[in-house]
Amino acid sequence: MKLEIKNLVKKFESVTAVNNISFTLKKNSTLGLLGPNGCGKTTSIGMMLGLITPTSGKIYINDIVLEPKNRIELLTSMNFASPYIELPKKLTVKQNLEVYARLYGVKKIYERLSELVEDLNLQKFLNKKTGELSSGQKNRVSLAKSLINKPKLLFLDEPTASLDPDVGDFVREYIERYKKNNELTILLASHNMKEVERLCNKVVMMKQGEIVDSGTCGELIKKHGRTNLEDTFLKIARSKNELG
Amino acid sequence: MNWGKVFALSLRHIYLIKGSFPRILDLIYWPTIQIFLWGFISKFFTLSSSYFENTVGIILSAAILYDFLFRSSISYNMMFLEEIWSRNFTNLFIAPIKISEIITALTFTAIFRTLIGLIPAALIAIPLFGVSIFKIGAPLIFLLITLYIFGVTLGLLVTAGLVRFGPSFENIAWASLFFLAPLGCIYYPIEILPEWLQVIAKILPLVHIFEEMRNILIHDIINYSQILKAIFISFLYFLIGILIFYLSYNGAKNRGTLINMGE
Repeated sequence: MKLEIKNLVKKFESVTAVNNISFTLKKNSTLGLLGPNGCGKTTSIGMMLGLITPTSGKIYINDIVLEPKNRIELLTSMNFASPYIELPKKLTVKQNLEVYARLYGVKKIYERLSELVEDLNLQKFLNKKTGELSSGQKNRVSLAKSLINKPKLLFLDEPTASLDPDVGDFVREYIERYKKNNELTILLASHNMKEVERLCNKVVMMKQGEIVDSGTCGELIKKHGRTNLEDTFLKIARSKNELG
Repeated sequence: MNWGKVFALSLRHIYLIKGSFPRILDLIYWPTIQIFLWGFISKFFTLSSSYFENTVGIILSAAILYDFLFRSSISYNMMFLEEIWSRNFTNLFIAPIKISEIITALTFTAIFRTLIGLIPAALIAIPLFGVSIFKIGAPLIFLLITLYIFGVTLGLLVTAGLVRFGPSFENIAWASLFFLAPLGCIYYPIEILPEWLQVIAKILPLVHIFEEMRNILIHDIINYSQILKAIFISFLYFLIGILIFYLSYNGAKNRGTLINMGE
């Protein structure tokens, strides 16, 4: 799925959370949405998911404008994972995945569940209550939920936040492998620059609600005279709006 | 309307109830306690007052019906609050589900939770106090439907408040029914109220429902126009509730509160 953002603005009373951002995410590519906390990433993702109504601007998904009337249809091919939202804690992993498979209208529910259970190693805790899982296990379940409908457009908000390096690497490796074998466009919001360098074809840097730079990781590193993306991020985040 | 999705949403709550014995116990506990409490109070009235010949029957039936209303409203609110407490709210609202499907699922699942509470309470009252709400006969079905629609409407209004104001509106959820109880004329006839309050009480379906219940139990008369009036008023409030919910949902989308709900 192709995602195109045109002149997107979101104002909350006197605060402009997102100020006239535009970018395109090509089909089957991965775009990193970077920026310091409070720069407007979550608000932007919220608008792309149809959870927040933009003040102005348009969101095109496969050249179709995202509107309340077609939101449900478009959401069928989209999904979202974030460590900041959870699945019902008192339901088992299997029950949660079954409920979401039904909500997304998955045809062969148990077949899809088996695939994800095997791929993400969920067997051992499939019948355990979700609230009893470790954060690494929860993260994998959340990823399974976000892939339950075989989305064509996936939003990942800090998918490896608070994970140990081993689980973090497992998740990154899985996303890479999954993407290779499936038609999938990803918008990744992350503070892990190594993760962004590994997974993203292109990066959009946000600051105070605006896009301050964009390009491939290599282009940005070179442009800002740094040796890695982390230093580049720091330079942009700490600069006083001279970038544009 | 996609009934598969409605079923999926209901399933989420059925699993929750099935998976927790204390939860089932909680659903049964409060209505049963009500029955004990009101049963003994009524018995006291029977022994020391000549107001009603059948005080136990009247008050206990009213308590059971009122509890049915209370449970249906609270069940509705609870299911929505569960999504907020479990931080599942955003997951739910980014799934391809229509608001109408969410409302339908909550409405149908609330009856499941409500009946778990009502049936044991109603059955316990028979051997313990010799009172059966089933004596009301066929009109009982209509009274229950009307109470259920109104209970769900109150739940819907509170839910709209939760969407609009966030989890801080939770306390209103618990208090909502107590606001209306004095005006509902649940345990006493409408004439007890001052005249100006009677005018307000009449625009609530509760007065018509409980007046009719007393009519049937005391005079053995069924006034279908009263029942129809109650159904009509309840349904009207239900439609208003849906409208308010949609307004709150759109307001929440404008304010961006849906993405952070529960955090």
